[in-house]
Amino acid sequence: MTRRALLLGAKSPIAQELASRLASRHDYDVILAARNSMQLAPFAADLSLRTGRRAVLLEFDALDTEALARLPEQARAVAGDFDLAVVVFGYLGDQRRAEEQADEALRIINTNYTGAALVLTHLANYLVQRGQPGGIIGIGSVAGDRGRGSNYVYGSAKGALALFLQGLRNRLAGNGIHVLTVKPGFVDTPMTEGLDGLFLVASPERVARDILAAYHRRRNVLYTPWFWRYIMLVIRSIPERVFKRLHL
Amino acid sequence: MGHRLTSGWGLYPTVTAHVHTARLPVHLKQLLAAGGTWLPQGNCRSYGDGCLAPQVVSMLALNHLLDFDPSRGTVRAQAGITLDDLLRFLVPRGWFLPVTPGTKFPTLGGCLAADVHGKNHHLDGTLRNFVEQLDMVLADGSEISCSPQDHPDLFRATLGGMGLTGIIYAATLRLRRIESAFIDMRSVRTGSLAEAVQVFSETHANYPYSVAWIDCLARGRQLGRAIVMLGDHAAPASDQPDRELTVHRSGSVSVPFFLPGPTLNRWTVKAFNTLYYHRQWRRDVRTRVHYDPFFYPLDAIGNWNRIYGRKGFLQYQFVIPFNNGMEVMTDILERIAARGAASFLAVLKTMGPQDGLLAFPMPGYTLALDIRRSDDSIIPFLRELNETVIAAGGRNYLAKDAIMPRDQFERMYPGLEEFRRIKRTVDPEGRFKSTQSARLGLS
Ligand SMILES: Cc1cc2nc3c(=O)[nH]c(=O)nc-3n(C[C@H](O)[C@H](O)[C@H](O)COP(=O)(O)OP(=O)(O)OC[C@H]3O[C@@H](n4cnc5c(N)ncnc54)[C@H](O)[C@@H]3O)c2cc1C
Ligand SMILES: NC(=O)c1ccc[n+]([C@@H]2O[C@H](COP(=O)([O-])OP(=O)(O)OC[C@H]3O[C@@H](n4cnc5c(N)ncnc54)[C@H](OP(=O)(O)O)[C@@H]3O)[C@@H](O)[C@H]2O)c1
Repeated sequence: MTRRALLLGAKSPIAQELASRLASRHDYDVILAARNSMQLAPFAADLSLRTGRRAVLLEFDALDTEALARLPEQARAVAGDFDLAVVVFGYLGDQRRAEEQADEALRIINTNYTGAALVLTHLANYLVQRGQPGGIIGIGSVAGDRGRGSNYVYGSAKGALALFLQGLRNRLAGNGIHVLTVKPGFVDTPMTEGLDGLFLVASPERVARDILAAYHRRRNVLYTPWFWRYIMLVIRSIPERVFKRLHL
Repeated sequence: MGHRLTSGWGLYPTVTAHVHTARLPVHLKQLLAAGGTWLPQGNCRSYGDGCLAPQVVSMLALNHLLDFDPSRGTVRAQAGITLDDLLRFLVPRGWFLPVTPGTKFPTLGGCLAADVHGKNHHLDGTLRNFVEQLDMVLADGSEISCSPQDHPDLFRATLGGMGLTGIIYAATLRLRRIESAFIDMRSVRTGSLAEAVQVFSETHANYPYSVAWIDCLARGRQLGRAIVMLGDHAAPASDQPDRELTVHRSGSVSVPFFLPGPTLNRWTVKAFNTLYYHRQWRRDVRTRVHYDPFFYPLDAIGNWNRIYGRKGFLQYQFVIPFNNGMEVMTDILERIAARGAASFLAVLKTMGPQDGLLAFPMPGYTLALDIRRSDDSIIPFLRELNETVIAAGGRNYLAKDAIMPRDQFERMYPGLEEFRRIKRTVDPEGRFKSTQSARLGLS
């Protein structure tokens, strides 16, 4: 039986590295879901030529909440049953603007949390109803581990997503569906292009490699690269009265 | 978008540039719509300033294979794909690049824009002879496909046009069939330039690939002593395709830091060249080697350009017609030797007929030398050599050039006026510009 993965937010370099790796090393066909998914035709052609696996495009917008319920069925219709769903999309947004303008705050929250949580629910229901082993990978962020003055709107949405994934993992544990929460540190992608103050920036390829290794080992929570687990341990342990004065 | 110091492979000159990475073809239009002047940039494997400008669009992320048709022997790919990546796909399937430069790290787009030649130029010409179609974005943001039949002017000017006519985002190439990834190689040690040239003329009918490595520090009667390397794609030695069609390995030893200036004086270079020459004991050797060391010997050392130190180096490559070619080459080699202008590498090839507006090749000899930029007095010296080249009816290669003045350029390239005319029609506002094109009056 063909194994198939659905990747949501497939324009992200992390999603593309995951798709390439799944196809070339794990014999997966892939469904690439994104806004303006036609623009991914070159990537899909490349993946198919190199790996001989199928790559199918699917139109998807996380903010179109009405349409999210139909997504698993649409994916099945264009490509066939899938056993792995990866939620990669996300929106960093502009913290300053989010403090002034409700629409920016809503966009950050709705993309990273509401849209993600809703689509995860539909995907979970689909996988359960399929009645076969499968998995879900959700991408949060180290930014969700502690609220910081400089990006707490995004951070809170990613933190909520991590809690959501944790609950989902416990709900699905009895169904043979594994849920992996991923918390990347800084990654070299369009999201961080041109930003100041980045350090220890990892490549999307490295992050994708870590994600699939963790998934296959049935890990629950992955910090990638690994040292972020310890960096965040330290950051979380700083008392709030001290943290306030650090202006992070 | 990043603001950073950029340079070509020679590390000279440097330009502080805004580098924008196009991740999707639509980004090309979006960037152009934002105004200003632009230059498409590949992997900066040209030596001088042909790939430099204050605002560039990096093509490296547009690196996807689009189509492969084994029945016709064609591949279509985005322009930012490297030859390295293309070979990884093609070789196991029994195909090879029809023309390849001496390194596998350039992008397809960069090779088309420089209209590169390989060790088979005398037989096959430049890469343009194998291009079926170019897909481009022009200065006004419009998309256009050109070929020898459709928009032939644009096609002609873009190949060899050094990124000045528009951005190539994809191209279709005709490939070469191979049965093995190995090359039947013959290397002949020769005592002089004349002897090397003699070997070329005797063997050209039998070997599609030929090149000579010259020890240009040897003086007097030994001037131009060389190793001539000839090759052809080998027939399979076994019936197991997976053993025959093996791709090159990744990885190389790198030069981890800039070597301090004095490391590479004429004595160390001399020692190196002598070693290279005497490594081969027998006069005439036949072996079977993988394509990687045959075509890309320098790729085994990553960042080898750093051995010339921080000030960088210039690559001096010229071509001159056969008739008085020997005398001119001897003269130039003698002047370089007399100056002690250490050349780590000197590569000699013969070239055949070539069309194209800014095409570098012409029937004759081409010599390429690396010259360390110890100080700027080397520049007037090389410009003097240019005069000798021009007087002999030859020219210098834009993909290597960093120093040529406009008037010398104008005396070397007879197709220039026609190129300018086409450039004016496709880019009337002069939106595509490089540091080099500004110096040469090309934009
Ligand atoms: C070790 C070594 C050996 C070499 N041997 C040879 C050889 O044997 N024969 C030979 O011919 N050359 C040779 N070269 C030169 C090299 O092949 C060319 O300079 C080539 O253009 C480099 O490609 P690039 O992708 O690095 O392009 P860059 O150096 O980044 O750019 C070169 C030119 O191409 C233009 N360009 C790049 N991408 C595009 C695009 N998508 N659309 C339009 N224009 C574009 C740029 O504007 C620029 O003018 C050698 C270079 C090295 C370092
Ligand atoms: N880069 C980092 O340092 C970093 C660190 C920690 C976590 N992350 C997380 O990693 C994931 C991947 O991000 P990335 O770094 O690869 O950045 P990215 O390239 O910006 O990828 C994010 C993708 O999400 C898509 N997206 C945004 N809103 C969407 C919507 N409403 N509907 C559908 N797709 C939408 C975007 O598609 P469009 O092209 O259509 O906008 C974009 O391709 C994200 O969840 C991000 O939060 C990144």
